[in-house]
Amino acid sequence: MTALEVAGLRKSYGTVEALAGISFTVQQGEVFGLLGPNGAGKTTTVEILEGYRMRDGGDVTVLGVDPEHGGTAMRERIGVVLQASDLPAALTVREVHKMFAGYYTKPRDVDEVIELVGLGEKSGSRVKTLSGGQKRRLDLGVALVGDPELLFLDEPTTGFDPAARRTAWELVRSLRELGKTILLTTHYLDEAQQLADRVAVIRGGRIVKQGSPAELIGAAPKVEIRYREDGREVVIETDEPTRLLAELTGAAAAAGRELDSLEVVRPSLEDVYLDLIDNGVAES
Amino acid sequence: MRLFRHELRNQQRLFWRNRESAVFVFVFPPLLFLLLGAVYSGEIDGFRAADVLLVGLIGYGCANTAFAGLAITLVIRRESGVLKRIRATPLPTVTYLAAVLGSTLLVFVLQMLVTIALGLTLYGAKGPENWPAMVPVVLLGVACFAGMGFGVTSLIRSSEGASAVVNLIVLPMAFLSGSFGPTRHYPEVLRWIADVLPLTYLIRLMKDVYLRGGSFLGHPKDIAILVAWGLLGVLIAWRRFGWEPRER
Repeated sequence: MTALEVAGLRKSYGTVEALAGISFTVQQGEVFGLLGPNGAGKTTTVEILEGYRMRDGGDVTVLGVDPEHGGTAMRERIGVVLQASDLPAALTVREVHKMFAGYYTKPRDVDEVIELVGLGEKSGSRVKTLSGGQKRRLDLGVALVGDPELLFLDEPTTGFDPAARRTAWELVRSLRELGKTILLTTHYLDEAQQLADRVAVIRGGRIVKQGSPAELIGAAPKVEIRYREDGREVVIETDEPTRLLAELTGAAAAAGRELDSLEVVRPSLEDVYLDLIDNGVAES
Repeated sequence: MRLFRHELRNQQRLFWRNRESAVFVFVFPPLLFLLLGAVYSGEIDGFRAADVLLVGLIGYGCANTAFAGLAITLVIRRESGVLKRIRATPLPTVTYLAAVLGSTLLVFVLQMLVTIALGLTLYGAKGPENWPAMVPVVLLGVACFAGMGFGVTSLIRSSEGASAVVNLIVLPMAFLSGSFGPTRHYPEVLRWIADVLPLTYLIRLMKDVYLRGGSFLGHPKDIAILVAWGLLGVLIAWRRFGWEPRER
């Protein structure tokens, strides 16, 4: 079954085009990553799906309904972690969970959720005393307390230290095992690779690449051989680095020349991503 | 109804848990009554000074709670993203707003009772001459100032500015409308300004009901002016109110 369906989604703010017609589909139980730099249109996309913004064009369904008219019935079934929002600072962790649990007809057990997001020891602490990472886990707990089928996580680990990110990843994986559908935005490639079943790379309001993480890596650019000759840099891209390198070095050795600053560069995942972001062309 | 009760409880917890706002909103008006009651004695406009001050400060309390307190709270919640986050839950907007209003009303009624109790015990002031008529007066007052509160919330851009803007409106209004003492000897210009302000009419209406035992419906002009101010606020809110932070 399809959880999310987005077709030709367009949105402009004044004269600025935030989304220039993007399309993707997320199946139930799938973790889908929207990957892209700041300002690419990730948050705009998510906020349209959550029902915060009206779209200018295109078709969108969230759990089978148009989010602009989803109303309380749709909001019963989704959980939301916003990019930047506080929760009441004067309440305790448990009180905030209870407050939000009360908005849903079938909430999960509050203490269970608090344990799940690793705030068990902070249950009685005021929100204002939590660290940044703990506040983010509180956001996640509050998003889970209504027992949603579909979760929107907008940059859920931004600002986390590496250890906290690992913990958050484990949590997202465990949610996936529970059968939740998750739409995740991130500007970390490794996060998308670790968590998402499928990824859409978005840039300037367009999806420049879409597929499983493995397929994305498959799109890696060729290996580069670089060296200096007569004071200028030579860069050769090739699919056959071994043969080309043998030819180059053989010829140079025969002529008694040295290939200055010789190196063979294999692009990392980071390069794949940056290449897409810099030169990406819309998928046909 | 279950949701309304749940949210009303949330609103009450949020109000009392936040010490600064609870002191400013709840304690400040009765405190001013204590101070002014100790200063003034004798008669004001043919009434005992304590009685006039009591009514004046209940009026100020209404504006302070339903207008100033409400607006500051809503701006802070909007700017911190709490309002936006709640919009993503199944809690209906109407229920949320009703709970906010209900909580405001509860706080003001409690404050009014405390102020009256202080007046009765410390300054020998009298209780309301017409108790039943005080009910619509209180409801009208809270509705009028809460409407203005929603309106001004829509015009304030930042949490930092909220308290300043709101107090710049409330304190001079209370002073001009006679909350803190008789206005008969004010310069004419100030009395003209006072003639436009809603608090002038709330106090006038309350004076008649509370001190003379007059009826609520005997004052259509006062009621009309209060309703008009409340509607003006609601109209501004209708066009400009936002749930999302302005500054992020």
